[in-house]
Amino acid sequence: MDLKEKLISSFLAFENTSAADAGIHQIRTAAFHDFEQKGFPTRKDEEWKYTSLKEVLNHDYQILTKNNTSDIDLNDVRKYFIHEIDTYKLIFVNGVYNSLLSSATHDGMDICVMSSAISKPKYKMVVDYYFNKIVNKNLHFANLNTSFTKEGAFINIPKNVVVSKPIEIIYFNTGEDAELMLQPRNLVVVGENSHVQIIERHQSVKENSVLTNTLTEIFAHKRAIVDFYKIQNDLDSASLIDNTFVSQQKESIVSINTFSFGGKFTRNNLEFYQEDERITSNLNGFSLIGKDQFVDHHTLVHHKKPNCESHEMYKGMFFENSTGVFNGKIIVDREAQKTNAFQQNNNMLIDDGASINTKPQLEIFADDVKCSHGCTIGQLDEKAIFYLRSRGIPEKEAKALMLYAFGNDVIEKIKIPELKERITRIIAKKLNVDLSLEV
Amino acid sequence: MLSIKNLHAGIENKEILRGINLEIKAGEVHAIMGPNGSGKSTLSAVIAGNETYEVTEGEIDFENESILEYAPEERAHKGIFLSFQYPVEIPGVTVTNFIKTAINETRKAKGLADVPAKDLLKLIRDKAELLEIDRKFLSRSLNEGFSGGEKKRNEIFQMAMLEPKLAILDETDSGLDIDALKIVANGVNKLKNENNAVLVITHYQRLLDYIVPDFVHVLHNGKIVKSGGKELALELEEKGYDWLK
Repeated sequence: MDLKEKLISSFLAFENTSAADAGIHQIRTAAFHDFEQKGFPTRKDEEWKYTSLKEVLNHDYQILTKNNTSDIDLNDVRKYFIHEIDTYKLIFVNGVYNSLLSSATHDGMDICVMSSAISKPKYKMVVDYYFNKIVNKNLHFANLNTSFTKEGAFINIPKNVVVSKPIEIIYFNTGEDAELMLQPRNLVVVGENSHVQIIERHQSVKENSVLTNTLTEIFAHKRAIVDFYKIQNDLDSASLIDNTFVSQQKESIVSINTFSFGGKFTRNNLEFYQEDERITSNLNGFSLIGKDQFVDHHTLVHHKKPNCESHEMYKGMFFENSTGVFNGKIIVDREAQKTNAFQQNNNMLIDDGASINTKPQLEIFADDVKCSHGCTIGQLDEKAIFYLRSRGIPEKEAKALMLYAFGNDVIEKIKIPELKERITRIIAKKLNVDLSLEV
Repeated sequence: MLSIKNLHAGIENKEILRGINLEIKAGEVHAIMGPNGSGKSTLSAVIAGNETYEVTEGEIDFENESILEYAPEERAHKGIFLSFQYPVEIPGVTVTNFIKTAINETRKAKGLADVPAKDLLKLIRDKAELLEIDRKFLSRSLNEGFSGGEKKRNEIFQMAMLEPKLAILDETDSGLDIDALKIVANGVNKLKNENNAVLVITHYQRLLDYIVPDFVHVLHNGKIVKSGGKELALELEEKGYDWLK
């Protein structure tokens, strides 16, 4: 049985057990119907031209995870938390919420789980209003995620709240089931004038194959500020497909910062929709991958209204035979005059076998706009390396410093110092150097 | 300290240095002068270990040991310092962090522990003062947006921090106005003692008014065609290089 067939039979079983969430039953069924018809994308699909799913799909994944909480030892996973600071935590193990490791709240806001949001009457209005509203229905994996919606993070911040500490969302895979497909579903609603910082991570603890197909919807109301950080630093047995959709209201500022260090396969679909004026959207990406790894960033910024900005900066560093894809689409509607849209994608190919496919895609229908895009593909500057070495810094460390410097403007965007330090340490480890790189 | 014998080197089959001989002892200041294209910068790069150039013949000994097989960083660890004509800009790495990395990597190579942060900061402050460097300068990204003078002063600051046995100053005077030149030269003179040596590479004589050499060598077409005392520099200033060809 191939994965699609397996998903079909799993879906029937799943719907039978999920009667309680009747509210979204129709949405799930419609989404699945869509998936059933279209199946998985292939390289003939323009959006998947440089991205082969063949290996990712060729596994006997278990689709429906058991409901009993899998045991996980805090000491084993502590290192994945930003434990230097106090945070709200939503922790999931093999797709199941782990209340022991989590730190949720209903005090003046809801930082809790999707399973209760879709089953409890008091959340019905919120779910009805937001759920699946900004998901791009053309995306195969988004529909698939919607079909199997069951668990994930549910964050609902009312207006005028500055959430006092960051929210960490971590999905662990402990490898108890041989091969696992996880489909977390997150919904984030941030009210007028509110401010929240969120860190999301998908982490395997053991080396069994896992395919995570995650989806996050973010709604930012008037003047809301959302800083979202995605840490993608998983084992080589892990594949990740991330679908994130952002809808912004007037004068809101949303920043999505994606740090990709692997797993084996990573595909990010990130889409921004600007629904009113004077909105700022920031998309930052830092990719550093090596042997047999693949990272793909597909982004979309849709400028619908006048006087908005978007700033996109993606930096990629590719070692050995790794491959990167960047596809940055910007649409400026006829109505969206005075748009400022900037896009930048800079890449370093470190070794001969590495490659990057990069494609800016600008569709501009307004005439009074500033749009710029730039993409570069380069190699480490030998002169600079010699300069550092002549100061006593060995070759490996010299290269690491140069790469750190290259990616620095993305690292600088991290507003949580402890997270910045963590990312810096991950970079040093990835580059196999013992350097204190922090500035 | 440094002994160069019959050094031939070049780049992609093009020979640039054609048999250099040079002896530098501790406590000495040497100057190498010569017209553009004579091989001055190649010589400094080859001594520092730049792998772009291939040594085809001859020897470079540093403290009685051949260094030709050593990597640039190993030469630095042994006490060779090259001040660059065009220092490289490295955004995102501050001057302080860079020098800390350089010092600690050098210490690591010698099996020593890192310098305690407090001691290092004090040392940085002392040396910055010696070279009249503003403290704010130290938290800027290395060479990024630095003026020509700031870049050169930063090079000498690094030299002060690393305390090399042999400092090679490659065209340190280029792009400097007279005030900056004086500060840089003054810094070099303060760092100079009987245990270290300086090799000044320059096109013009004016730097040598401030860093006074014990020996002057004229490089032409990859060879040292004339050596003498400091008065040779003045003679070159007056007559140009043509009379030596």
